[in-house]
Amino acid sequence: MSGRAAALALSALALAAGARAQERAIPLDQLRSGSSFLSGDLRALQNDEFANPALLWVERGEKLWREPAGSAGKACASCHKDDAASSMRGVATRYPRVDAASGKLMNLEARINDCRTARMGAEPFRYESEEMLGITAYVAKQSRGMPIAADIGGPARTHYDTGRAFYYQRRGQMNLSCAHCHEANWGKRLFAETISQGQPNAYPAYRLEWQTMGSLERRLRACLSGVRAEMLPYGDPAYRDLELFLAWRGQGLPIETPGVRR
Amino acid sequence: MVARVQIPKEAKRGEIIEIRIVIQHPMETGFRRDDVGRPIKRNVITAFSCKFNGAQIFRADMSSGISANPYLQFYTVAQASGEFEFYWIDDEGNQGLEHQSIVVSG
Repeated sequence: MSGRAAALALSALALAAGARAQERAIPLDQLRSGSSFLSGDLRALQNDEFANPALLWVERGEKLWREPAGSAGKACASCHKDDAASSMRGVATRYPRVDAASGKLMNLEARINDCRTARMGAEPFRYESEEMLGITAYVAKQSRGMPIAADIGGPARTHYDTGRAFYYQRRGQMNLSCAHCHEANWGKRLFAETISQGQPNAYPAYRLEWQTMGSLERRLRACLSGVRAEMLPYGDPAYRDLELFLAWRGQGLPIETPGVRR
Repeated sequence: MVARVQIPKEAKRGEIIEIRIVIQHPMETGFRRDDVGRPIKRNVITAFSCKFNGAQIFRADMSSGISANPYLQFYTVAQASGEFEFYWIDDEGNQGLEHQSIVVSG
């Protein structure tokens, strides 16, 4: 009896902790995309269907989509319908997600490389290579305007919890967590910059500071470096867990890929 | 090198048309150093030109002050149907060439 009561009390505790873990520091109706912190000029550049420099990478991605590679002699377009505008529509809104076959949390980059190695018999693309940025930007662009809809239920839950813990963990010589800037102080000035909410909905994006395209992982590394923390290597699972937390946190924001950012 | 060119496919004679081009290029200034402190060699697009039916209508001499992936926008008066030719070359000798044609009526 007492054992049962203790179990009940424990599960009630767990439920309470679970509910707390899902509280949103920024309510859904106050979410603001990074583009709303940009100057009008940059917003116009992002929305320009020609001048947006990220479209150079998208163009390359479109070629890769149709180009057969690897021992199976297949292209992306061989299995997925040739028209990515319909077959890839909405796909990017659901990533990162747990792959049913391997049980691993995959972001769009990992999913594409998994397709290349397992189904096409091709070499995986390197992180931040022109090819990887191109194909992810091309695929994600097909979801432009659609709201982020990441699923944190079921097997994704532990990844979400880890990502959330990472987000609120102080780190680096500055001893700052992500939340100290992007939740407690967004909208305020940090020298010449306005601190954004740190939303992931435009990546991969063209960043003026880089003068090139970069993935969300590269952006996260830039933040780690900014607080003078140790940068985890590319492909570290911690980034993907964090990406899942960010996707949940920005749920409902429209995808802007390929974005332009400062 | 990838480049995107935008000109109207058709125009009326005498109409002012807009020409836009974005070229993918790092425009390495030559002032930066790599992770171990070695200077990175300058590599920028030094010359860009646009010809219409063989006659040069626009030229730009660029240097390290231009940002990566340069975007150029200029105007011309549509006088006849024909072909625009865009040509550029960088410090390493890599050349780019794009063609686009226009039909002028009236």
